[in-house]
Amino acid sequence: MSLSLDQVQWIADLARLEIAPDEQVQLAADLSAIVDYIGQLQQLDTAGVEPLAHALDLHDVFRDDEPGVSLTVEEALANAPAKNAAYYRVPAVMD
Amino acid sequence: MIERTASELLAAFHRGDTTAEAITQVHLQAIRERDPSLRAFLLVDEASALEQARAVDAKKQRGEPLGTLAGLPVALKDIVCTKGQRTTCGSKILKNFVPPYDAHVVTKLRQADAVLIGKTNMDEFAMGSSTENSAYQITRNPWDRERIPGGSSGGSAAAVAASMAPLALGSDTGGSIRQPASLCGVVGIKPSYGRVSRFGLVAYGSSLDQVGPFARTTRDAAILLSAIAGHDRRDSTCVDQPVPDYLSTLDAPVRPLTIGVPREFFGEGLDAEVEKSVREALKVYESLGATIKEVSLPHSPYSVATYYLVATAEASSNLARYDGVHYGHRAKSFNGLVDLYKKSRGEGFGREVKRRIMLGTYALSSGYIDAYYLKALKVRRLIKNDFDAAFAHCDVVMGPTAPTPAFKIGEKANDPLAMYLSDIYTISANLAGIPGVSVPCGFTRSGLPIGLQILAAPFAEEKLLRVARMHEAATDWHTRRPAAG
Repeated sequence: MSLSLDQVQWIADLARLEIAPDEQVQLAADLSAIVDYIGQLQQLDTAGVEPLAHALDLHDVFRDDEPGVSLTVEEALANAPAKNAAYYRVPAVMD
Repeated sequence: MIERTASELLAAFHRGDTTAEAITQVHLQAIRERDPSLRAFLLVDEASALEQARAVDAKKQRGEPLGTLAGLPVALKDIVCTKGQRTTCGSKILKNFVPPYDAHVVTKLRQADAVLIGKTNMDEFAMGSSTENSAYQITRNPWDRERIPGGSSGGSAAAVAASMAPLALGSDTGGSIRQPASLCGVVGIKPSYGRVSRFGLVAYGSSLDQVGPFARTTRDAAILLSAIAGHDRRDSTCVDQPVPDYLSTLDAPVRPLTIGVPREFFGEGLDAEVEKSVREALKVYESLGATIKEVSLPHSPYSVATYYLVATAEASSNLARYDGVHYGHRAKSFNGLVDLYKKSRGEGFGREVKRRIMLGTYALSSGYIDAYYLKALKVRRLIKNDFDAAFAHCDVVMGPTAPTPAFKIGEKANDPLAMYLSDIYTISANLAGIPGVSVPCGFTRSGLPIGLQILAAPFAEEKLLRVARMHEAATDWHTRRPAAG
């Protein structure tokens, strides 16, 4: 299998995803099969080919740095699972 | 009234033969009767729909100018933000999410005096080809309730096919409008990348996503596309180019017309009945004077692999925002911030979403990014070059939209790769940023719809629609309706 259970765990940590133990084996198998399939791209010679990240040749699409209408603090916090009057609440980050 | 096209309903409304309220009532009734067995809708707000309809009637009474979609019910894939109205993206992680703003396309629909009738079911975060990945319910194909409607915009496709709404919006990242349109026997358009604003479209693959119309005719689809297309300053990837008047040229055939038919679209895995119908459609074009040319898109066999690196990489970044902090599901117990993230996301996301986030994370990770993500971006360039070469001497490229008709519920659910290959003909258009449409072109012996896919060069929607209309005007596949069952 291309991906070991350890690698799957490492990827899950990077992606901040908790994977239940009974899901891990199937996930490793599924991901390995897909990674194997994707491996066919190695057959292609892409020397000198410019990567295409975006279909449109757009650059520096800026607007003037002027304040405008935006969400109120209340609107922005409306869906927050934990908040106070002005902030999202999270567990302490620093000891 | 239910079986009428949006254009016919608009005409009847403007003539005074009917009211916006009556049109909405009739469609709400159809939803009440048909949706319990189809489950295309996640949310229908009857009171709101009737209120909108009455407001349109009142505007008409006062002699005020009316928008281009006046009185027409439009269903919205639940990935499009509607202010004050729950938007779930088919995921449990957004079970109670209420957007504080409207998507740009929603604003455009409201300005056009459309009646927003409900939010439709979809594969979770647009990841899927059957709508089976919805965390909420399975949507059934109106032509055969044991079969999937396609995905990820399965709810919108089914709603239009079953005449529960004359129009709907979906989103297409790898085929998610065109493939369900094909499987449900309706018209579905993926506009050119940048043609329609993505502001308020919940992001899956930001360089691939586009919002587009579902309808039962090309004229109806053109009306809806015209209403939503155009520049929006809030989406920096949306182009500032005028939108042509698609309706005024729609019925003018393209002459001369050269159609490129890629040999790679007729290879292994293509169902024999699908091939037969598509080849018959090509004959229709020949009878209308078109020249058919065999072309090659040599890198298209690599498009699924390329997509599953590019789209998943982008998704791993886009879905990082679902962290149990700003909105959405938050785990009840956790040990510190990182554990909060892991548990909230682990609990809130479904299997396919987790698979894709992990694939994308892996593709971007140190030590692998060159071999996977960057390699995929180079192949993406080659895929785009293939299309540029084809369009240098062809007006459009045609082939089947999907390799098979609608498959049975559960048939591919446990084989992710088999599911991914349902998008084999649609995926490359998203990678290249070109527009595409699926139009009904036949049925299997067992009565399942078959779609013809037409692709054109960037921002050539006008030509795309005219070519699609040529086939529609010469056939009557688009007039068939599933049994109301």
